[in-house]
Amino acid sequence: MKKLILTTAALALTAGMAFAAAHTQTVRLGTEGAYPPYNFINDAGEVDGYERELGDELCLRAELTCEWVTNDWDSIIPNLQSANYDVIIAGMSITDERDQVIDFTQNYIPPAASAYAALSSDVDVTSAVVSAQTATIQAGHVAESGATLVEFATPDETVAAVRNGEADAVFADKDYLVPIAEESGGELVWAGEEVQLGGGVGLGLRESDGELRDKFDAAIQSMKDDGTLNAMITKWFGDTAVVF
Amino acid sequence: MFTSCADPGSLEGLAWLVCYLTTGKHMAFYGSFGTVLLLIALAAPSALAFGFAGAMAARSHIAPLRWLGMAYTGMVRGIPDIVFFLFFVIALDQGVEWLNHQIRCPDWPAEVRQGTQFLVCPAAKVPLSSTAQFWHQAYGFGLAVVTFALVFGAFAANVLYGAMRAVPHGQLETAEAYGMTRRQTFWRILVPQMWVYALPGLSNLWLILVKATPLLFLLGVQDIVYWARELGGSKTSAYAYPHPDWRLWYFLGLLVFYLCFTRVSEIVLDRLSQRLSLGQATEAGEAQRKAAA
Repeated sequence: MKKLILTTAALALTAGMAFAAAHTQTVRLGTEGAYPPYNFINDAGEVDGYERELGDELCLRAELTCEWVTNDWDSIIPNLQSANYDVIIAGMSITDERDQVIDFTQNYIPPAASAYAALSSDVDVTSAVVSAQTATIQAGHVAESGATLVEFATPDETVAAVRNGEADAVFADKDYLVPIAEESGGELVWAGEEVQLGGGVGLGLRESDGELRDKFDAAIQSMKDDGTLNAMITKWFGDTAVVF
Repeated sequence: MFTSCADPGSLEGLAWLVCYLTTGKHMAFYGSFGTVLLLIALAAPSALAFGFAGAMAARSHIAPLRWLGMAYTGMVRGIPDIVFFLFFVIALDQGVEWLNHQIRCPDWPAEVRQGTQFLVCPAAKVPLSSTAQFWHQAYGFGLAVVTFALVFGAFAANVLYGAMRAVPHGQLETAEAYGMTRRQTFWRILVPQMWVYALPGLSNLWLILVKATPLLFLLGVQDIVYWARELGGSKTSAYAYPHPDWRLWYFLGLLVFYLCFTRVSEIVLDRLSQRLSLGQATEAGEAQRKAAA
């Protein structure tokens, strides 16, 4: 009995200390959790992927306590604005339009190609029905290309739309489509030309959070300098991925 | 979960399936059924309370109270659920934080509203950004319950208002003739008799509420439909258990769940309806009386 009380007291004490430590400053990292290998919910139910590993490392280097939060892609910027989390780390490409609303750190993935995947390689991507995720640079590009755009809320649905014939091709980051095309057993093939879009992927922060932005900027720079960032990109996106 | 599941790549057939269905993600999926049931269990009585208050207000002899009741049912019923869920919840959340901000940081120098940003001082965040994710979820869930109660309360108010008017007027006049006060007439004569008229409308609402729970995901609470979509989507080998598009099977599972749930509801509502008809001056009540005689 005595032992039990002691253990409980010890537990309560450590819990209290942990709470006090966490109380200093917790940075909440918002991600989508549906975009492998960038970020996804693994089978244990936790956020996993390139950005999980990167985010944890950045928080370590910037000496911040970080917590992971998932949020729908659709509302990921509004929820940052109303401070439900402090950082967007969700494969978000740096574009001028977004830069007017939020702030970006320097990129942690260099500008990479977007590509079309379809059931046959001779789909004319300028006139076909092309699926893309809502509010992405790819959706914007398809809308301008002359093709008919069908938008979906999640990346997975854009690919499913091609498989079940709802769309002729899917347009997305090539790094996202590569594993899917490779594992489709020849069902999905590349179509059209690859396109360079955006200025790479960066962390998104509120415009009023300059200090936090500088911390993350410095952490990303230090990872670029010592080569760990390139190693991480190669680990998650394969040897063919573009590195710094 | 099981030790044999340590290396999913080597498993096949039934062993693979057993391991697959017991991953942490699936446990969260099963848990979300509890979330949904809890939401219904909390939202239904609160909606009924809101509805009852709304109907009482709408019948009130005090004009401002009557206007309030009318405005509540009219406005909430007229706004699409999804708009209400997006707008009202954000407004409620920001309202709570703004009040908290006024109390805790009266000397805060910066504006709360800066363009599209809404920034209260860190101490006024609800819940605090340092609290565990569980409490953020619980807070979102609490907001969901309030919103569901408000929306469905407005519909329930209208149903109850109609039911109160459906009680035969002679009953109320008789009560008055016996010398009952208005309050006594309301609680002893009107309310016990109105439920049988309200039940068909309320049972409709109940079934709509049961099916409206996917709106939860708009509030960041992960419900069964979210998990079915997430788990069913095709998985590459970035995941431990790769599989093609299985959304059909997951949604079939949900279909069975919802059908069972509505069937059980129907049985319970039927019994309730019989019980409420007992001794009432309605056709069903009359039939019961004749059968017994």
